[in-house]
Amino acid sequence: MIDKLQNNSFLFEELVKRDFKKKYKRTVLGMAWSILSPLLTLFVMKMVFTNFFGRNMPHYTIYLFCGNLIFSYFNESTSQGMLSLASNASIFTKVNIPKYLFLLSKNVQTSINFGLTLCVFCLFCIFDHIAFTWKILLLVYPIVLLLLFNIGVGLILSALFVFFKDIQYLWSVFTMLLMYMSAIFYTIDSYSDVIQNLFLLNPVYLFIQYFRMIVIESVVPPDYIHLLMLADVIIVLRLGCWMYKKFNHMFLYYV
Amino acid sequence: MSILEVNHVSIRYITGDFKDIGLKEYVLRRMTGNYQVHEFWADQDISFLLEKGDMLGIIGTNGAGKSTLLKAVSGIMEPTKGWVKREGSIAALLELASGFDGDLTVRENTYLRGAMLGYTRKFMDNMYGEIIDFAELDDFQDRPFKQLSSGMKSRLAFSIASLVRPDILILDEVLSVGDGAFRKKSETKMKEIIGSGATTILVSHSLGQVRNMCNKVLWLHRGQQMAFGSQVQEICDQYEAFLKKG
Repeated sequence: MIDKLQNNSFLFEELVKRDFKKKYKRTVLGMAWSILSPLLTLFVMKMVFTNFFGRNMPHYTIYLFCGNLIFSYFNESTSQGMLSLASNASIFTKVNIPKYLFLLSKNVQTSINFGLTLCVFCLFCIFDHIAFTWKILLLVYPIVLLLLFNIGVGLILSALFVFFKDIQYLWSVFTMLLMYMSAIFYTIDSYSDVIQNLFLLNPVYLFIQYFRMIVIESVVPPDYIHLLMLADVIIVLRLGCWMYKKFNHMFLYYV
Repeated sequence: MSILEVNHVSIRYITGDFKDIGLKEYVLRRMTGNYQVHEFWADQDISFLLEKGDMLGIIGTNGAGKSTLLKAVSGIMEPTKGWVKREGSIAALLELASGFDGDLTVRENTYLRGAMLGYTRKFMDNMYGEIIDFAELDDFQDRPFKQLSSGMKSRLAFSIASLVRPDILILDEVLSVGDGAFRKKSETKMKEIIGSGATTILVSHSLGQVRNMCNKVLWLHRGQQMAFGSQVQEICDQYEAFLKKG
C-alpha cells in the first residue's frame, strides 16, 4: 500500500489540491468560515446550555469545545468522505488507480480544518486559564487514532454509498443520535454505573472524554480507555479495507 | 514474446433493479422476494495474442462488447472468467472528454489529468507549455474549465493524452478530434505515437481506418468472438457482408 501511494503521489497531491480548492472556492471567507462555523456552534450551545448544565462546572466552555471539536471533525470527515468514491466515478471508470485515494484526499482536507480549529481551541484554553502540562503531548494519541477512525468509517460509508444512495440520509439521522449520545453538552455523572459504562461503547464519546481528562483535569485516562479506542479503530479500519478489497471491481457496475 | 495475452476472457454484467433503489427498498424487496437481478455476458470466451508493434483493430456493431473488453484489458474491470496478461505499461484513452472538473481552471485540470494518466510532476512541468500550445488554449489557462466550448475540451483532452508513450496503447475512437486544422494535426500526432512502436488496440467504426492501419483484426458480435487474425482484408470483407445481410 505504501508502494502504491508512492507511485501515485503526484495524483494524490493533485486530488488534495482539487478538494481544497473546491471546498474553499478560492475565497478569503471560505477558509475563515471553517473556523467560524464551529465557533458559532459553540456560542449557541454555550448560550443555551450554560443554565442547565454549566452552573457548577468549571471550564464549561472548554468542556463544550472538546465535544464540538471532536464531533464536528468526525461528522465532517465521515459525511463528506461518504461521497468521495461515488463522486469520482468518472475518474476510476477510466483509469486504473487505487480507489481509496479519493477518500484519503478528502480526509487530508477535513484534517486541516480540524487542525485549524484545534489552534483556536488552544487559544480558548489559554484565555480560560487552563494550565498546560507535559500531559498535553498525550493528545497525539487520540488525534492520530481519530484520524484513522474517520478513515475507517469513511471507507465503510463510501463503499456502501456506491450501492445504497440513501445511506446518506440514514447517516445524517444516525450522527444526530450520536451527537446526543456523546455527552457533548452534559455530563454523565448523574446516570447509574451501568449506563455510564454503556457510554464507553461509543467511540466518539471516548475521544471526547480523553480530550477532557487531559485538558481540563490534567489526568491521564486509564489503560482500558486507550485499549478500547485502539480496538474501535482496528475494527472499523479492517472492515473498511476488507470492503474496498472485496468490492474493488464491483463498484464499476453501480455507478 | 507476446506483449498482451487475452485468454478465454468472459465478462458478466449485472443489470436489473438493484441500482439506485437504496437500502430501505433493497431490504423490502429482499423480504418480499421481489428482488431481481439479471445477468448478461458482455463478452464470452474472447482470446487473442498481440506481439510487440502489433496494431489490432476491433470491429463490431454497437453493444458488441468492445468497450467492456477494453476495460478488462486495461485492468479497470476484472474478467469474470479467464485472464489477461500484460507486459509493460498500458494506457487506455477512453471517453477522453469526460472526467474533467468544471470548477477547476484549465491549468489545474491539465495537471490532474496528467496525474491520472501516470505522468510525473516533472514531466508535466516540462510539457505543460507544449500541451497548451498544441491545444491552442494559451488565452484560457486560468479560466474555469466549464467556460470552455466542447471543442476546446476535447482538444485539451487530446493534447494531454497524446504525450503517452506506453508499451500498450488503447484507443477508443480518439484517432482525431476537433475541426479542420486541428483534426489534421491530431491525426498526425496519433500516427506518430502509433509509429513509435507501441502495441496498439484501436476500436473504430470506420472500416477504412482499420483496413489501412491494422495488421490484426478482432470481430465481435454480441459478446461473441466472430473472428480474429491477421487476414485483415478478409475479415473486414466478411464483416461488411454480414452488415449488409443485416
